[in-house]
Amino acid sequence: MERRLFVVQRLTAMILAPLVIIHLGLILVAVRDGLTAAEILARTQGSVFWAIFYGLFVLVVAIHAPIGVRKVLKEWTELEDSTINSFCWMLALLLLVLGFRAVAAVV
Amino acid sequence: MKAIQNSEQLLSVRIWRGKKDGRFVTYQVPVRDNQTVLDVVTEVQRLHEPGLSYRFACRVGVCGSCAMMVNGKPRWTCRTHVNKVIDEDVLTIEPLRNLPHIKDLVCDMAPFIDTWQKAGAPFSSTQTRSQPPAKVDPESPTRRAADASLQCINCGVCYSACDVVNWNRDYLGPAALNRAWTLVNDVRHSKRQQTFDMAFSEGGCGSCHSHGNCTRHCPIELSPSESIAGLKRLAFTGLPKEL
Ligand code: SF4
Ligand code: SF4
Ligand code: FES
Repeated sequence: MERRLFVVQRLTAMILAPLVIIHLGLILVAVRDGLTAAEILARTQGSVFWAIFYGLFVLVVAIHAPIGVRKVLKEWTELEDSTINSFCWMLALLLLVLGFRAVAAVV
Repeated sequence: MKAIQNSEQLLSVRIWRGKKDGRFVTYQVPVRDNQTVLDVVTEVQRLHEPGLSYRFACRVGVCGSCAMMVNGKPRWTCRTHVNKVIDEDVLTIEPLRNLPHIKDLVCDMAPFIDTWQKAGAPFSSTQTRSQPPAKVDPESPTRRAADASLQCINCGVCYSACDVVNWNRDYLGPAALNRAWTLVNDVRHSKRQQTFDMAFSEGGCGSCHSHGNCTRHCPIELSPSESIAGLKRLAFTGLPKEL
């Protein structure tokens, strides 16, 4: 189990690295001349590319982050393993729901 | 006795006496040429404090029993020259960190030895006694990987240097995982997969922070952190197949 989580976390990190760079680059480009909700929506709505891009982003974050948080909680708290695992499942769900809501709102 | 009189200059040595609630006692020991930290401890025990407990056996860096904290760092004391580690003319000597303290400079090494078992250490041969010895190509990548990590003298210095061990006693630690790495690369070992699984279980190499303090302090210049990185890599590729 530990090994599988370790591998999955590293693989998702490798996927995340380029996504984060593109995401940061996009922010810089997008705010070039001020930023309004209308402007963003005009750019993103109907774009299959950005829908897939951020959909993937959300999915990978929802896998990557809880595994890391689980390890940190194990190292730094006295909580029971089962408590930590449940918490991390909830965190994953929360990231998924919030993330996909945001993606759905802009595409 | 000539050697005992070759210096007028005195060295202040602070040595931990007693158990956890003990204290430092300062002794004055003459400075000598090529004096090791173990020489100093021995001189204190012979001439000042007969009740002082400490461990050593070989005095030449082979047995791994003389490790102590010297000015805050874990060292093999029989091969550590005083003039290399002295700080403002004071030498502070304590029992190894991260292990249960018994008395004075002596620790209980059992938890350290136990980690080796937990990391899948016992070697188990693929051959029986009646079979000829396995042929292992010394140039094969697996053998070279194992060779680079052999020769550990079980001194516990790396275990004592590791901060992850310090905050999590369930972590197997650098020496045990280094040993697991040699076994995983030993094609004569019949339980390579099992060793690998144990080395990667809860508290195994996934808990290593790769900060390399183990490697920095290992007196015989092994690199447990590299061995652990090797194990982590195998998590992606599976065990090396070739013989
Ligand atoms: S590299 Fe790993 S084993 Fe070595 S000291 Fe750091 S945490 Fe401990
Ligand atoms: S790896 Fe080095 S420091 Fe650690 S126990 Fe073996 S010899 Fe000592
Ligand atoms: S006394 Fe044997 S290694 Fe130091």
